Amino acid sequence: MDINWANVFDWTVLLKCFVTAGVICVLGQILIDKTKLTPAKILVIFVTTGAILGGLGVYQYLVDFAGAGATVPLTGFGYNLAKGAIEAVQQMGLVGAFVGGVKAAAGGIAAAVFFGYLAALISKPKMKKQ
Amino acid sequence: MKKVGNQTISFDNPPTILECASIVGPKEAKGPLAKYFDQTLDDEFWGEKTWEKAESKIIKETVSTVISKSGVPSNKIDCMFAGDLLNQCISSSFGLRELNIPFFGVFGACSTFVESISLGAICTESFAENVLCATSSHFCSAEKQFRFPLELGNQRPPSSQWTVTGSGAAILTKSGTGPYITHITPGKIVDMGIKDGNNMGAAMAPAFADTLISHFEDTGRNPSYYDAIISGDLGYIGKEIVIDILKSKGYNIKSNYNDCGVLIFDKNAQDTHSGGSGCACCGTVFSGYFFKQLKERKIKKMLLIATGALMNSTTSQQGESIPGIAHAISIEI
Repeated sequence: MDINWANVFDWTVLLKCFVTAGVICVLGQILIDKTKLTPAKILVIFVTTGAILGGLGVYQYLVDFAGAGATVPLTGFGYNLAKGAIEAVQQMGLVGAFVGGVKAAAGGIAAAVFFGYLAALISKPKMKKQ
Repeated sequence: MKKVGNQTISFDNPPTILECASIVGPKEAKGPLAKYFDQTLDDEFWGEKTWEKAESKIIKETVSTVISKSGVPSNKIDCMFAGDLLNQCISSSFGLRELNIPFFGVFGACSTFVESISLGAICTESFAENVLCATSSHFCSAEKQFRFPLELGNQRPPSSQWTVTGSGAAILTKSGTGPYITHITPGKIVDMGIKDGNNMGAAMAPAFADTLISHFEDTGRNPSYYDAIISGDLGYIGKEIVIDILKSKGYNIKSNYNDCGVLIFDKNAQDTHSGGSGCACCGTVFSGYFFKQLKERKIKKMLLIATGALMNSTTSQQGESIPGIAHAISIEI
């Protein structure tokens, strides 16, 4: 069977995804290099920014544009929390604001715990190179 | 032993640094001073299960090495001073628990090596014939202690320094033939309000300048008296700051001043950002390199000033500034 690999992927979608996620990572790198913010604070800033932009509906445009390029970085986690909370409020009222966010992010959270645990079992931390 | 000037101690019978030993980790083993150390390790765990155990093993083996090199039996060592960077100085107390030598635990952060030697030297003027002084640090355990566990995979900012993995140890003796410790200038705590735990060089530089200037004023010496003025672990950023501070106070130290944190790693080949740090930085560079230079009479008069940042992770998280300290010893042959 002949597969024309050039047509298997939609390259423009991949490019948009790659560039968007890359720009988000570059913002994080600039914050590490140019400010005194610790990595933990940068993480919180990214998630919170994603949640706020998600809540305002702005982040949705970025998700429509870049797909996983916008949902996989930390800001996407915040967006997911906000989106889940809004949807749950529409279904079950105010209590949804408390349960909806984590419910929507449950897959990601459980996967992080599970794969983190697996990695801890099979690997050992090492000295970094630099 | 008497006090001269405001804060310097001068010895009537200067104690001798009889012998030194040093063991360093894999990164230091690739640095420019590698050939001077007694032992270099290929693996940061050194066969142990944890970095803390590895650090204890490093200080234990370094102390064994210095004892065997010196020829002084351990029952003739009257006491020892040692300390490190981990909570409650466990590297030293766990590593040295089987030695059966009276033990004083010391904490001076990265100034511990010179602080231990200072206290040991004072002992030789009274009851002690031989005193052992040691210190250790380990990059991986120090990252966990002061910043984040390595498992988190965080990036290090450009101003950060690399904690030296290793241990340095020295035996001081009352009656020897040099190199002699002629003066001690214990440092005062100096806090200029620097809050960035990733820029320790800048936090410790004012303490270094304060101790150095006090030493010159108390002894009447000037920078040119010494062949080498060496700071413990100010790194590249701290070194530049110190040269500027001293210049503004009328002292030119540019020609004979250097820093152990600058010397221990290769700036271009080993990307450590702002150089080395940690108790073992000053400990290993002195024990490995400078002690041999003194023995070979290539350096005849040196001032060793170990610098320390006296904070912990809680004070950093609570937004406190970093108090710095610097202790100086004058070593002459």
